Amino acid sequence: MTNSSPRLFGIHAQPGKLLGWALAALPFLLALGLYLWASDIRHRDNPNDKLLPAPVQMAEAFDRMAFQQDRRTGTYPMAQDTISSLKRLLTGVTLAASAGLLLGLNMGLFPGMSATLSPFVTFLSMIPPLAILPILFISFGVDELAKVMLIFIGLFPLITRDIQLAVRKLPGEQITKALTLGASSLALAYRIVLPQILPRLIEAVRLSLGAAWLFLIAAEAIAADDGLGYRIFLVRRYLAMDVILPYVLWITLLGYGMDLLLRYLLRWGFPWYANREGE
Amino acid sequence: MDLENGLIVEDVYKSYGTKVVLDNLDLRVRNGEFCTLVGPSGCGKSTLLRLILGEEQPSAGRISLNGKLLGPPSVQRGIVFQRYSLFPHLSVADNVSLGLRLGNRVSAKEARAEAMQYLERMRLAEHAGKYPHQLSGGMQQRVAIAQSLIMKPEILLMDEPFGALDPDTREDMQLFLLELWEQEQMTLFFVTHDLGEAAFLGTRLLVLSQYYTDDRGDGDGINRGAKIVADHQLPRSPFGTGEKFSQGFGQLIDQIREEGFDPAYRQHARDFNLKHPDAFQTLTEMELRRGRESP
Repeated sequence: MTNSSPRLFGIHAQPGKLLGWALAALPFLLALGLYLWASDIRHRDNPNDKLLPAPVQMAEAFDRMAFQQDRRTGTYPMAQDTISSLKRLLTGVTLAASAGLLLGLNMGLFPGMSATLSPFVTFLSMIPPLAILPILFISFGVDELAKVMLIFIGLFPLITRDIQLAVRKLPGEQITKALTLGASSLALAYRIVLPQILPRLIEAVRLSLGAAWLFLIAAEAIAADDGLGYRIFLVRRYLAMDVILPYVLWITLLGYGMDLLLRYLLRWGFPWYANREGE
Repeated sequence: MDLENGLIVEDVYKSYGTKVVLDNLDLRVRNGEFCTLVGPSGCGKSTLLRLILGEEQPSAGRISLNGKLLGPPSVQRGIVFQRYSLFPHLSVADNVSLGLRLGNRVSAKEARAEAMQYLERMRLAEHAGKYPHQLSGGMQQRVAIAQSLIMKPEILLMDEPFGALDPDTREDMQLFLLELWEQEQMTLFFVTHDLGEAAFLGTRLLVLSQYYTDDRGDGDGINRGAKIVADHQLPRSPFGTGEKFSQGFGQLIDQIREEGFDPAYRQHARDFNLKHPDAFQTLTEMELRRGRESP
C-alpha cells in the first residue's frame, strides 16, 4: 500500500498530464457529438435542413467564403471581413488602452487628477455603450470612425479604472523610496509607476477583449459594408447557418488567439511580474 | 555638540484627530551616530520615522537636518523599509543605480559602474542581473541598503529593516550593517521592536513610550502621546555576538523594558533618564508646574 492522491475526485486530486488533456477535451467532444446527433436527426427528416447544417455543408460554405474570389468585388470575403474587423477592433482597443493607461496612471498617482476626473470617468463607465450607438452613427457617420468610437467608449473607462486601482495598490513605500532617490513627479509617473503598470494593462486588455468583440459585431451588424459581424447578420436573412457557424467559430478562434498572444507577451516581456512577491 | 548640525526634533506634536501620538517630543542626534529607537507597539515609532522621512508633517513643532527644515521625502534622507524598498521591475543593478540615473548627473555607464562597486561591497556582484524576487530576503535588504547609500544621504533611516528575516540571516545582517556603518561614518536612525537588536547595534538607544506621567495628572481626560522616556549612551559595539550574553547587556535590556514597556511603571517626565550628552527636553508649564521641580 502506498500513499497516493486520487486521480479525479476530491480537492486533493492530481489528474496528471494525459488525463488532464483528456478531461479538457471531454466537454468539447460531448458538445460536438450532441450537435452531430441533432443535425443527423433533422437531416433524416429533411435533407435540405438549414438550421443545423451537417459538417459537409459547413465545409462547402467555408470553402466558398474563404477560398473563392467574390465575382463582384474580386476579393476573398472571409479574408476581407477579417481584415476589416480586426482593423476596427485593434484601433479601438489600442486607443482605449492608451487613453486608459495615461488617465489611470495620472489619476492613480495625483490626487488632484483623481478628484477632477474620477467621478466623471465612473459616470461614463455606467453609460451602456450600445445605448449611445445611434448617437455615434449620427455624429461620426456610418464609416469606420463610429465603430472604433463605440469600442473606445466601451473600453476606456473600465481600463482607466483598473489602471487607477492598480496604481493605488502599489506600496506607498515604493513611492517614498523613489522620492528619496531623487525622482521628480514626472520621473515617478513614467519611470517608476508606468513600467510596473504595463503588465496590468495587458491583463486589463485581455479581460476587455470580449466586450470589444461584442461592440464591434453590434456596430457592424447595424451599418457596415464588410466585416465579420456584417457578414453574419447579412446571411442571417437566408438562414445560412452553414456560414454563420464557421464565422462564429472563426471569431472565437481569433479572440482566443489574441488572448494567448497577450498571455505570452506578459510572460515574455515581464518576467518579474508573475513571480513578484506579495499580492 | 554644535546646535545646528545633525537631526533636531523640537517640540514636535503629532495627532490624528483627537488622538495624540507624539507629545512635545525633543530629540537631537549628532552626525555619525548609530541611533536606535525602541518602544512598545503602537507607541508612535513609525510615526516619528515618517515625520523625519517627510511622508507626514508634524502637527506642531519643527524638525531640521543639518540646519534645513525638513519637507517631503528627498535625497537628503535615505530609507530602508522592512519590505517593498526595491522596484520589482528593475534588475538588482538597475535598482542600485536608479538614484544616480534619476538625477541625470552621470551617464548610464558611469551609474552602472558605481552600482557594481556598491554591489561588490554588499557581496552581491554576481546577482547584478537578477530581479529582486530571485533574491533571498537578506540579499534584498542588502540591495536596498546599497540603493540608498549610493545617494550618500545625510541620514539613513531604517524601519525594522531586518524584521522579516530569519534569525541567522538577521544576525549576519546586523554584523554587516555595523561594519558598513564603521566604514561609511554615516548617521543611522534605526527603528526596531527588538530590544536586543537595538542595544547590540546602537551607539545610542532611545526609548519612546506613552507609559509615563507628568503634572497634567492621570485622569481619564488626559490624552497623552509618547515621549522619549530614556536615552542611553552605549559603547561602540565590538564585532562579536558574545556581547549579547554578557550580564551588563541583560541588565540594560531589563532596564529598558521597565522604562518603556511596562504600563504599570510610570516615571514623571522630569525624572526621565536623559543623561545622554545630546539629550534635551523642554516641558510645557502644564507638564511641569512651577514649584514642583524634582526634589
